[in-house]
Amino acid sequence: MLLQTALEAASQAAHPLSGTVAEWVWLLPVLPLAGFVINGLLSLNNAHFGPSDPNTAEHHPHPEVLDAAGTHGEEGGSGDDDHAVKRHRWAGVVSIVGPGVLIIAFGLAVAMWQAMAGAHPEAPFVQRYFSWMPVGSLQIDAAFQLDQLSMVMILVITGVGALIHVFSVGYMRDDPGYPRYFSYLNLFVFFMLVLVLGANYPVLFVGWEGVGLCSYLLIGFWFNDKANADAGKKAFIVNRIGDFGLLVAMFMLFANIGVLDFIGVNAKAVELGAGSALVTAICLFMFLGCTGKSAQIPLYIWLPDAMAGPTPVSALIHAATMVTAGVYLIARSAALFSLSPVASLTVAVVGAVTAIFAATIGLKQWDIKKVLAYSTISQLGYMFVGVGVGAYVSGMFHLVTHAFFKALLFLGSGSVIHAMHAAYHRTHSHEDAQDMRNMGGLKRFLPLTCGLMWIATLAISGIPPLSGFFSKDEILGTVFARAHGSTLATASWLGVPGGTLLYIIYGIGLAAAFLTAVYMTRMMLYTFHGPTRTGTEEENYLHEPSWTMTGPLVVLGILTVAGGWLNLPELVTDLIPLGPREVLGHFLDPVVGSATARITAGASHVPAATEEALILTAVVIAVSGILFAVWRLKPAKVPRKRDAVPETGLEGLVANKYYVDEEIDRFIVEPTYKVSRTFLWRIVDNGIIDGLFVNGSAALARAFGWIGSRLQTGNTGEYAWAIVVGVLILLGAFTLR
Amino acid sequence: MSSFLDSIGYNGWVLPALLLIPLVGAVIVLLLPVRAAADSATAIETPAARQLGFWIFVLEFVVSLGLWWSFNPANTGWQASIDKPWIPSWGVRFTLGVDGIALMMVLLTTFIMPLSVLGSWTSIRTKTRSYYALLLILTTGMLGVFLARDLFLFYVMWDVMLVPMYFIIGIWGGERRIYASIKFFIYTFLPSLLMLVAIIYLGVFLRAGAGAPPDFSYDHLLAAANAVPVRTALYLFGAFFLAFAVKVPMFPFHTWLPDAHVEAPTAGSVILAGIMLKMGTFGFLRFALPLFPGAAMNPTVRLIILILAVIGIIYGALVAMVQPDFKKLVAYSSVSHLGFVMLGIFALTLQSVQGALMVMINHGISTGALFLLVGIIYERRHTRLIDAYGGIARVVPMFAAALTFVSLSSIGLPGTNGFVGEFLVLLGSFQTYPVLAVISTTGVIFAAAYLLWALQRILFNPLDKPENTDIPDLNKRELALLVPLIAAIIWLGVYPAPVLRRMEGSAQALVDRVQGTATVTAVSEAGGR
Amino acid sequence: MLAESLALTAALFIVGVIGVLIHRNAIIIFMCVELMLTAVNLTFVAFSRFYGTAGQVFVVFVMTVSAAEAAVGLAIIIAIFRHRQTINLKDINLLKG
Repeated sequence: MLLQTALEAASQAAHPLSGTVAEWVWLLPVLPLAGFVINGLLSLNNAHFGPSDPNTAEHHPHPEVLDAAGTHGEEGGSGDDDHAVKRHRWAGVVSIVGPGVLIIAFGLAVAMWQAMAGAHPEAPFVQRYFSWMPVGSLQIDAAFQLDQLSMVMILVITGVGALIHVFSVGYMRDDPGYPRYFSYLNLFVFFMLVLVLGANYPVLFVGWEGVGLCSYLLIGFWFNDKANADAGKKAFIVNRIGDFGLLVAMFMLFANIGVLDFIGVNAKAVELGAGSALVTAICLFMFLGCTGKSAQIPLYIWLPDAMAGPTPVSALIHAATMVTAGVYLIARSAALFSLSPVASLTVAVVGAVTAIFAATIGLKQWDIKKVLAYSTISQLGYMFVGVGVGAYVSGMFHLVTHAFFKALLFLGSGSVIHAMHAAYHRTHSHEDAQDMRNMGGLKRFLPLTCGLMWIATLAISGIPPLSGFFSKDEILGTVFARAHGSTLATASWLGVPGGTLLYIIYGIGLAAAFLTAVYMTRMMLYTFHGPTRTGTEEENYLHEPSWTMTGPLVVLGILTVAGGWLNLPELVTDLIPLGPREVLGHFLDPVVGSATARITAGASHVPAATEEALILTAVVIAVSGILFAVWRLKPAKVPRKRDAVPETGLEGLVANKYYVDEEIDRFIVEPTYKVSRTFLWRIVDNGIIDGLFVNGSAALARAFGWIGSRLQTGNTGEYAWAIVVGVLILLGAFTLR
Repeated sequence: MSSFLDSIGYNGWVLPALLLIPLVGAVIVLLLPVRAAADSATAIETPAARQLGFWIFVLEFVVSLGLWWSFNPANTGWQASIDKPWIPSWGVRFTLGVDGIALMMVLLTTFIMPLSVLGSWTSIRTKTRSYYALLLILTTGMLGVFLARDLFLFYVMWDVMLVPMYFIIGIWGGERRIYASIKFFIYTFLPSLLMLVAIIYLGVFLRAGAGAPPDFSYDHLLAAANAVPVRTALYLFGAFFLAFAVKVPMFPFHTWLPDAHVEAPTAGSVILAGIMLKMGTFGFLRFALPLFPGAAMNPTVRLIILILAVIGIIYGALVAMVQPDFKKLVAYSSVSHLGFVMLGIFALTLQSVQGALMVMINHGISTGALFLLVGIIYERRHTRLIDAYGGIARVVPMFAAALTFVSLSSIGLPGTNGFVGEFLVLLGSFQTYPVLAVISTTGVIFAAAYLLWALQRILFNPLDKPENTDIPDLNKRELALLVPLIAAIIWLGVYPAPVLRRMEGSAQALVDRVQGTATVTAVSEAGGR
Repeated sequence: MLAESLALTAALFIVGVIGVLIHRNAIIIFMCVELMLTAVNLTFVAFSRFYGTAGQVFVVFVMTVSAAEAAVGLAIIIAIFRHRQTINLKDINLLKG
């Protein structure tokens, strides 16, 4: 602890950020928290106090309120056929407060970034607010830490978050739960900021679980639909399984090095022993937490279901921010992961396998949001490959660019769904507004959305010079470089030499890139091109949404194009003077530099020619993926959803996501429930413990009583006999003693 | 504040006052004239009883609040002690004192009681004078248990607690109340008789000399306890263990709890869960461990108890998941939560013991709040079956928000009080029993499973039953009783440091003593012995 | 001499006991109880011949008590008969339980 204080003091006393706007870092989460409170109170505006004696209240059931229209989007009661849906009374205030706090927070974040860019701090800027859990040698403070890593995350969270909040103003316009939506969304941003600003693992954990809570609340936003409520519950519980892992990692850290704050852990991590079983165990448990939060195998199952929530939620939480928390955690714990090649390789392997696994499923999904969900899982896999091989900067880079183009894709699909919904609403049709089989040729109606989503598609496929190309290529390039030489390459993973494994991972990465290009192009083709399957009547109502929705799309489009400039690789800047070299890399160096160096110790540089070949390969793969999709997929041949025949065989297997959820239900969930109910409750608790022992001993006592009562016959003669016999026994006892 | 308290001699009279105020209040309440309910369907008999009861409890709380400021965390001995001879020929003295552990329990008790009165406001309609008088007597008993420094006095108070609760369950309870109340009484009374034997043995065996009267004073027994032979100590520990284990309730001695909780009226459940369950763990902390450290730390004994605790955590959660009755679900969740407390106590590190104490406080608050919420919805729909509900968040949004928030505290969401306790217990236990701690951590998964699923079936899902469509939302009184609980949940979750600091001295002293590194015996303030 | 007297009184006592145990008629049982009391009296008389007059004092006590007890007992039997129309002990089992 002394070490921790000394470091803290050192970083505090002479910290370049003291006295700057960075001291207002506490305001960053407080702003959205205030938004949560205000919007939350406004959402309760419809609630009424009950009578003072509920027992005597008159009871007038209202059958007409029964859940005919309580599902998707109209949870306020019977829908209004008039199409003039009454907006919530406070909708105007909410529209200002909700996005407003985010915009202010973003402004503040930019100011802090400016200060940081100017000050070049080497150590984190820690602000200690109060002592949270002081118990003997465990001294956990409520403290925030501002360093380059958290700065990057903050900019993404507040920036992309602000855009999505603005989008939601348009998207959720007619929803009766409008204030409640923004209060939850603000609360989410609050927790996410706490997560990235936390100066120690427990404070991070507050944010970690908090975003899980908000995810639960937002996925099940339209809660009167059982499927939505189920999805929210599933998300929370699966996340909890991951949280178990993170908790155990924290316990192990404290039990072995006695500190839980990041500065302390980074300083003392070496005491755990490089490559030891202990540090590997800690990292693996922590990674379990990451698989839960960031939807990797085996805990990814909640993310596709989470698409039940409103689309902007999917964009913010399940693409740009919450699911990236796992990547952030590994980057934050780089000191630990860099000490354990086995754990790092495990992260990379899981990331790679998840990437390709999810990509295959994305090939056969028909719901546009499900395609994007599996795409997110797949891209997260890439990020984990990045941080797994010690390319922390690359992982973060892909995190940032992915936030841009995935948010764009989700919001764009939101525009599409919004338009489809409106159209179906006008024609009173009950068709699925999210199913691509009901779309097609929407380019005519939503040209701006189409164009922007194509930019995002090209980016995610890795076409230069879009941002996705730079970030994805950097990851793959780093994997190759590590395979060439690093502590990972010399390590052994379950018997497989690390170098070989890394080459395999590289191959998987390329394959996944190909599939990414294919399924994304497929999505675009089926949605925007070919004949329109929506229906001739509905076509009249399909149109671009308002500026609140298209504005953010445009901004994200610009960021998707320009994002690559964040971290232009050396190779490119040497050839073409496009811009500054490795901005992000230099920025993050004080935080992850030493950990990265530990992994690359002694490795030789990959020759430039090889690098060029790698880049070329990646581009070729991407382009061929797109061309392959264009060549093989016939949008004209796609049936409408109601005419569709369920797929069989291998196609059916993939379309049904390999039946993973069903198998988990069958082999884990159902048996747990059955065992608990029949065995644990009925047999053990009611039957054995309560029945046999408790009630059984009562029955035994009653039996003895019954035996005793047989003596009370009421027959005086028998009593006389008893007296005589008793006297004889007593006399006998005394005389024979 | 402390200077004001010193000026009124607070420490000299607060503890007997805390015991006396409810007793006097009970007499007054019983003496109220009966005002029969004019129309027994809608009116309540003698409404003055609930008013008076409420204000007496508020007075009690205010009086006890001074302890928060007058308590000196640096002093690990007894504070605010009083000591008067009671039955000299038996060696029994009327000795009261408060230390860090007892302080929080006392405050928890006096905090919960007025809220439980508010919870019974409209649900207890007949024989109300007796009801509130019983609550008051019960309070005296409970506070006496926490404050007693004499084992005989402790035992008397222990049994004083049982009788009013027996009546409360048996008279104002649900359908199977007679069965539940008798089961509760006999089940908890039987092992406490064994404890009485152990207490008498201690008092007699450890007396000053052959001709001297027995001595039941806690400090004396604590100092002399290592004179007891090892074998006997094991048996004595066993007797204490049984008495407290039933009360905790530990697996497999827990089956009285579901019945008692389900059949008790709302306030009965709140007090039972909020305060009386803490008696068992308090007994371990105060008596069973310090008096018999050798027996308690015997590796086999310790391991068995810890395994039972872990089983309680997992088993309680799994059985809670499949309950059709929401109150029973909460009852089994209590078994699960108290399993964490037992784990923390017997893992015996400073963090785990502090965590156990925090879980005790937190459980009192959040489970108490859960039972109050169940009572609230029960008054409206007269059913506790989860399947009778569905989708009511649309109809009762304030209730839904409160229920969700309190459930999250019970689940242990960071930011709420539940997290602080569970985190400390698990972190602390990991240092001495890592495997068991890891197994117990899976309990957090199950807790989320059973509570969220129940919440979904009650609040979310389609609103498909007509009788659920017009349930009235919380009224002002119900909101008033929930707000302090929610505030406590947030405060203890975000800023538990003052509470932790006050308990730390006693917790550390306990750990040191039981692990055999104890130094000098307790130092008490002026006015003590 | 004493032994023979005691043998006689013992025999009388046993006859009385057996009578109490065997008979069903309440009045007969009373007579047998009187027989037992008489046997006890004779025992006291026998002992007083050898060990002093204290025994004879006891005889007077016993006779008084037996007279009182016979009166009360017979009164109870008559009261029972008025209610139950029987004095067969097998039929009078109100204390059963």
